[in-house]
Amino acid sequence: MSVTAEGLPPLRMTRARRNALLQSEPVQGFALISPTFLYALILLVLPILVVIAHSFWTQHYLTIDRTFTLENYRVALTEPIYRDLLWRSLYISLTVSFFTVVLAYPIAYFISFHGGRHKSLWLFLITIPFWTSYLLRVMSWKVILGYNGVLNSGLMGLGIIDEPSTALLYNSSAVIITLTHAWAAFAILPIFVSLEKVDRTLVEAATDLGDGPLGSFLRVTLPLSAPGVISAALIVMIPTVGDYVTPKLVGGKDGVMIANAIQAQFGKASNWPLGAALSVTTMLIVSLMAGATVLIIRALQRLAR
Amino acid sequence: MPERPQSDRTMIEINGVTRSYGAIKALDDASLSIREGEFFSLLGPSGCGKTTLLRMIAGFDNPTSGSISVGGQPMEGIAPNRRPTNMVFQSYAIFPHLNVEQNVAYGLKRLKLQGAEEKRRVEEALAQVSLTGLGKRGATELSGGQRQRVALARALVMRPKVLLLDEPLSALDKKLREQMQVELRRLQQAVGITFVLVTHDQYEALAMSDRIAVMFGGKIAQVASPKEIYQRPVNRQVADFLGGMNFVKAEVVEENAASLVVDTLGFGRIKTDKPKAFARNGGGATLGIRPERLRVLWDNATAKFEVAGKVVERHYFGEITHLIVEIPGLEKPLSVTETNDFGADDIPVGAPIRLAYDPEALVAMAD
Repeated sequence: MSVTAEGLPPLRMTRARRNALLQSEPVQGFALISPTFLYALILLVLPILVVIAHSFWTQHYLTIDRTFTLENYRVALTEPIYRDLLWRSLYISLTVSFFTVVLAYPIAYFISFHGGRHKSLWLFLITIPFWTSYLLRVMSWKVILGYNGVLNSGLMGLGIIDEPSTALLYNSSAVIITLTHAWAAFAILPIFVSLEKVDRTLVEAATDLGDGPLGSFLRVTLPLSAPGVISAALIVMIPTVGDYVTPKLVGGKDGVMIANAIQAQFGKASNWPLGAALSVTTMLIVSLMAGATVLIIRALQRLAR
Repeated sequence: MPERPQSDRTMIEINGVTRSYGAIKALDDASLSIREGEFFSLLGPSGCGKTTLLRMIAGFDNPTSGSISVGGQPMEGIAPNRRPTNMVFQSYAIFPHLNVEQNVAYGLKRLKLQGAEEKRRVEEALAQVSLTGLGKRGATELSGGQRQRVALARALVMRPKVLLLDEPLSALDKKLREQMQVELRRLQQAVGITFVLVTHDQYEALAMSDRIAVMFGGKIAQVASPKEIYQRPVNRQVADFLGGMNFVKAEVVEENAASLVVDTLGFGRIKTDKPKAFARNGGGATLGIRPERLRVLWDNATAKFEVAGKVVERHYFGEITHLIVEIPGLEKPLSVTETNDFGADDIPVGAPIRLAYDPEALVAMAD
């Protein structure tokens, strides 16, 4: 480390120094990640830079005016339609992450604490829905939630409702239900991993010191699995804000999200700079929200003591 | 500090407890009675059932048959969090998300004490284990010895009737372990709580306990004071586990209720106490003598009881020397440990040697 930091003689490097450099941990680390790093640089960082650049430009029909302007951001932040779409996207993604984590936790807990020797079988079963395409899974939710769908027929058959409910499909609840199901496995796995790391003796120690099952869960298991809960929440929250397929298929007009608007700007409306500004705004807000979520869960964890 | 007078009241009563896992019996019909205020050790090799028994007293495991009572109260069906016992775990099980103070106060929170009272008890417990001033230290910033003390304070602060210790010193290095043995014993004498210690280290058990139960293969082989266990082991297994022992074959000449008269090839005719579990196989019996009970006779010194032989091996251990001595008539050579004050480390291999012994030190035991 100090070898690389301290000024090396220019041009000529002794063999010993070169070897030391090659064996230093940071250099080896960079060498190891460099293929992936280059890949990410070309396919991730460059496109983002292009998008950021566009967001400061203006579209004139077929040409793009490259003078710097903040006009796109003004539109993105003040135009009611975009503000509403953004709020709705955030609301949907927060609700989805909340429900996904709340529903995933008991499953992860069961597998980790009561899975016995069948743990890997249980994990394997959880991945089964992923054997089909995401589109098929969304479609099957349409079949379940639709006017003549499984849920409506079932409820009518039981005599709970008289006529099919239209409240199930083509609104934001349909988007929430579908996304919660779709992302369940991504929440179960990180929570499972963090629960696996909880030393079972700690739970025994809590019991020994007088805690019942609920007490030891709230005071030991839950706080110690918080890292898993945080990553599960983030893994679900960040991609769902920008989800495009689900609202398109089950969202109807009440379930449209910001990604649909961005797609429209890059597509039919052909206003790339506005689309870019919307994208950048969404990215920034998602980052802020992710940061806030981490802080809130940490604070709750501290409170549990 | 004077020894705490022993109470005659029973604190833990273990009655015919068996614990089976399928066909394997981890504990086989164990009965034991532990007195109030006693420092009691369960000693045995790994897999002998000592930890199973401890965990059943704590309530983490249940007997397949038999019963356990603590403080006169039967423990059957009582959850571990409602038992008057607290445990110091082998891994210490310090809560990593809490600091020292919060770890110690963990169990007190449930008692809903007033803030000042809780603080006072935490301070008191930390003082008992010499951790005063470290209350704000994070759980991950502690050394092994400190973690051990926190685990101890966290259990003691609950003022349990019984403190259970599962190999509490096995993770510490030798020096710290010896220091903690002294401290644990001192602490137990000071607080007067019944301690039940599980260990596989015979020196640990001998140094700290009022009484020891030696266990093998799920059975309790002997329950007695450290001195009795060491000097009068009931069988070869116990004798072997508690350190070196020379076994000598003997022929029983006379047997009555309390004593035996035996003939040995090397040591001649000996009269000895008859152990409780003594069962002779035909006319034969086994006698044992500890290596340090054989003394080297120098030059022309004589003793009332002596055997003569030849040194075949010599091993140097600093303060002592370990000699292997062949005695005509004995099928196995004797081990002798002699302090080095008189030059035992200079005895040449192959030299003739005479050993003095006290016939009292030769004990009869079951095979």
